[in-house]
Amino acid sequence: MKHQASVASRLYGRLDDVSGEAGYAEHPPRVGFFTDTSVCIGCKACEVACKEWNALPDPDAGVLKLSGESYDNTSALGASSWRHVAFIEQGPLDAGAPAAGGLSPADVLGPALAGLASPDSVAPATRWLMASDVCKHCTHAACLDVCPTGALVRTEFGTVIVQSDVCNGCAYCVSACPFGVIDRREDDGRAWKCTMCYDRLRGGMEPACAKACPTDSIQFGPLDELRVTAAARVQELHASGVTDARLYGADPDDGIGGAGAFFLLLDEPEVYGLPPNPVVTTKDLPAMWKWAGGAAALLVAGVAAAFAGRRP
Amino acid sequence: MAECHPVAFQWVVEAKRRGATIIHVDPRFTRTSALADLHVPNRVGGDVVFLGALINHVLSGGHEFREYVTAYTNAADILPEEYVDAEDGAGLFSGYDPATRSYDNATWRPTGERDLTLSHPRCVFQVLKRHFARYTPERVQRACGISPQDFSRIAATLVSCSGRERTTAWVYAVGWTQHTTGVQHIRTAAILQLLLGNMGRPGGGILALRGHASIQGSTDIPTLFDLLPGYLPMPRPDDVSLERYLTRIPDTGFWGNKRSYLVSLLKAWFGDAATAENDFCFGALPRISGDHGTYRTVLDMIEGKIKGYFLWGQNPAVGSAGARLQRLAMAKLSWLVVRDLTVIESAAFWKNSPEIATGELRTDQIGTEVFFIPAASHVEKGGTFTNTQRMLQWHHKALDPPADARSDLWFAYHLGKRIRARLAGSTAARDRGLLNLTWEYPESGEEAEPAAEAVLQEVNGRGPDGRLLSGFAELKGDGSTACGCWIYSGCFAGGVNQTARRRPHTEQSWVAPEWGWAWPANRRILYNRASADPAGRPWSEAKAYVWWDAEAGQWTGHDVPDFERGKPPDFVPEPGAAGPAALGGADPFIMQRDGKGALFVSAGLADGPLPTHYEPAESPLVNALYKQDDSPVAKSYPDHPATHNQLGGAAVYPFVVTTYRLTEHHTAGGMSRTLSRLAELQPELFCEVSPSLAALRGLENGGWATIITARAAIEARVLVTRRVRPLRIPGEGVIHQIGLPYHWGSEGMVTGDTVNDLLPFVVDPNVFIQESKVATCDVKPGRRPRGPALTDLVMRYRREAGLEEDR
Repeated sequence: MKHQASVASRLYGRLDDVSGEAGYAEHPPRVGFFTDTSVCIGCKACEVACKEWNALPDPDAGVLKLSGESYDNTSALGASSWRHVAFIEQGPLDAGAPAAGGLSPADVLGPALAGLASPDSVAPATRWLMASDVCKHCTHAACLDVCPTGALVRTEFGTVIVQSDVCNGCAYCVSACPFGVIDRREDDGRAWKCTMCYDRLRGGMEPACAKACPTDSIQFGPLDELRVTAAARVQELHASGVTDARLYGADPDDGIGGAGAFFLLLDEPEVYGLPPNPVVTTKDLPAMWKWAGGAAALLVAGVAAAFAGRRP
Repeated sequence: MAECHPVAFQWVVEAKRRGATIIHVDPRFTRTSALADLHVPNRVGGDVVFLGALINHVLSGGHEFREYVTAYTNAADILPEEYVDAEDGAGLFSGYDPATRSYDNATWRPTGERDLTLSHPRCVFQVLKRHFARYTPERVQRACGISPQDFSRIAATLVSCSGRERTTAWVYAVGWTQHTTGVQHIRTAAILQLLLGNMGRPGGGILALRGHASIQGSTDIPTLFDLLPGYLPMPRPDDVSLERYLTRIPDTGFWGNKRSYLVSLLKAWFGDAATAENDFCFGALPRISGDHGTYRTVLDMIEGKIKGYFLWGQNPAVGSAGARLQRLAMAKLSWLVVRDLTVIESAAFWKNSPEIATGELRTDQIGTEVFFIPAASHVEKGGTFTNTQRMLQWHHKALDPPADARSDLWFAYHLGKRIRARLAGSTAARDRGLLNLTWEYPESGEEAEPAAEAVLQEVNGRGPDGRLLSGFAELKGDGSTACGCWIYSGCFAGGVNQTARRRPHTEQSWVAPEWGWAWPANRRILYNRASADPAGRPWSEAKAYVWWDAEAGQWTGHDVPDFERGKPPDFVPEPGAAGPAALGGADPFIMQRDGKGALFVSAGLADGPLPTHYEPAESPLVNALYKQDDSPVAKSYPDHPATHNQLGGAAVYPFVVTTYRLTEHHTAGGMSRTLSRLAELQPELFCEVSPSLAALRGLENGGWATIITARAAIEARVLVTRRVRPLRIPGEGVIHQIGLPYHWGSEGMVTGDTVNDLLPFVVDPNVFIQESKVATCDVKPGRRPRGPALTDLVMRYRREAGLEEDR
């Protein structure tokens, strides 16, 4: 059945056949990533596999410095880091916060030992959350909507890619992404991001990150199947007492029409550096165009009136 | 495990998914802890107390698997009256000689009587009970900093997950082994697992995670100085004949066939030259006259006793304890050959090392001629890896090595060929061994690469007709068979490279016997006779593994039974029988003389028949259990000028330092600091400290710290993390532990100070492994001094600690 999209579903709202809507009459099922952070061990194999497969540029050895942010030295997704494993330390002590120089030992020893509680207490829970972030391949992808050159396109798999030979480096997409994913390279200014290994998909292979993940934290497959798997995994975790488990980006009725790459998180999205309720930034484009159109019409009318009112 | 074996850790994740409880005991909270049900931080060096208290919990609560213990262990053996346990000897066993710092084990030998009720006061079971009675939860708290609540939770989980219906596995790595009491840590776990009936059964066992690929293989076909392939001991000078040598190896269990193993090995090495008349060239084997371990060898280099040194994929200038001494020693050599992928620190120490920076070494005064020979990586050559499960997996060559890089096999083979060509025609007796070696392997390609499969075939062994053997049962002691490693015999059975099998798990049984090949005889679980009860029936339906099929008159099951196939469960050996024939039908531990699991070890250990807690060589605490403080038999090379008095006291070095690895890097960094993809993930050396220690010493997250021990001082970035927790020890105060990954050195894309410079030369007396998991240190904010001022800093601390200056 060919999906007839309204203007609203083109930019916002539920959209069940994203490839069809993009004009692919025949296309494979939409694929995606389900990143189950409850089994992520932070090995960063996804980061390495991604950079190797996609031949992303080497860093300049001279600038490599420890970030000081737990074991995360990648820090963020970027033009040359298409997977990023976040490390979040949680526990009874005051946020791995650097001890301020002005504090006396006693000032900090107090709460530190309070964390140990009395000698006969059970060890307090420390958590080290790890999560491999990636482009969400939104159902409603603002980056694609705002791209003036057509460099950003929807593929037959329902994913979003940048055609580097078409990109002119205008960076509209950078400010449009609600997740801060897409980024320009310093050298030539073009925009880059995860392609979900479009070349591998064309060859019938899974993306490099999913292939390399040793614990299946990153799962790849048809999106509708992944959503079923993910829902079952949440139930399984809830049943085993992990009541914090929740899905992020799995809902086709959310502000981006559901993500092609969604997550199972163990805490609030903000903890992982993810926006809590992302909304496609082009949601209001029709209204904006309407207002802009109205304003333009008014302007034209005004100009016309001005001329009309001119005396010969 | 998730840190250093992320690929293997997928199975722990899978087990957890299926309902397993994962407990992680580790000084720091790692990526493993993140996925465990419970993480318990402990003080490094307290492991025997922790494990011993679990044994005490099992024994005092009557939680042992009684039927298993009585039938399958030496719990019933009665010890002689002369035996004095550490319990009664203030931490020492009978037979100790303080002059030689060694034991005579004469009083440890069982009398030969057994008490199957396990109630005789001198039976092993009762001795064990008394020995571990002082290992209480309170002492665990004092020695390990583990609360009684945490301890009791672990103990209860362990007991409830053991028995007929369930099993527990222990997984360890060098956190247990790299101690002066390393062997005893594994021993304690072995006792615990035997008492709970967790050995020889599916889901049980003690699993050693190796340091990197094929470390298991390099003990099977050893790079160790004291072993020949297949765990045969290296001959000594007094082994004047093959016969004399064989009398030294006990006739216990399957060691009874030792002649077949050794003669077949000699036939594999010396071929037609090995005959019954010339003792099968036994005289050509090297002899060892004492400790020739790594650390002794380094000291011998410093003394000028060793002229040349080969390093094959090893980087002691970064990766070995006392790395400073390693570099000073290499500077005394005449020549050094380094085979590695890139120019590592051990190949560049003569121009770039901390000693060059401090002025202790000067390039123009180092006489060592260094040959760097580029090596092929594992993807550039064919061969096998042997993993911790004793499984051999063949890897095919994926691409040619670049430029002059060659495989290790190529190098060894062509070096041998050239040496033999030089010696051709020599009549000297000393050259005969080399000239007699079988050294013909098919060569291929422009570089004349020898065929790795031909080597594996030699290892597998051949019969008199040249046919590849099907297993070690075919080996003969008369010279009619040749086999390079008896335990590997069968890896090329039927002329098929069994190690290259890759049948998916979906197409075979859950034991997956057609994935690779495991020694011995493709057996996946050793001693699996213990998975059935004495009558040969599975202990439970859930844990059925191998069992006796009375109708067929043989053992059968999911795995290859680790037992003589036709020996019935009720078999009783003839009096006076030797070797395998001396084992009864219910004696599963077939490599032991009596076929029993050894709760008590009467021979073979240098530091006592039962594990006993001793403090590490450097420790902020005194022994909470015995008067004897540290290991009475640990080797510290005290008389050697280079190491003299190098242990530091707690007053000047108040904190504990422990070393480890990160997922992102590989050992000494030669394979990871040289690659941008990995180097960028952990670009700088850092120390992990708790927020309270950071406050105590004024350390700032992301800033610099200097860490000082009695050996050296290094600098590292600071990671302040709640994952490192100070331990409160009742009566002692707070113990702060500092974590240091050891991957950095002075070469490569990312560089940093060498953590191993901080560690002393002090080793376990059984296997000579160094104590690199624990030392004492001080830490200060800021970078370390440069040049000679660095030496001054170390010396200032040493003077304050009352240590003699040695240079």
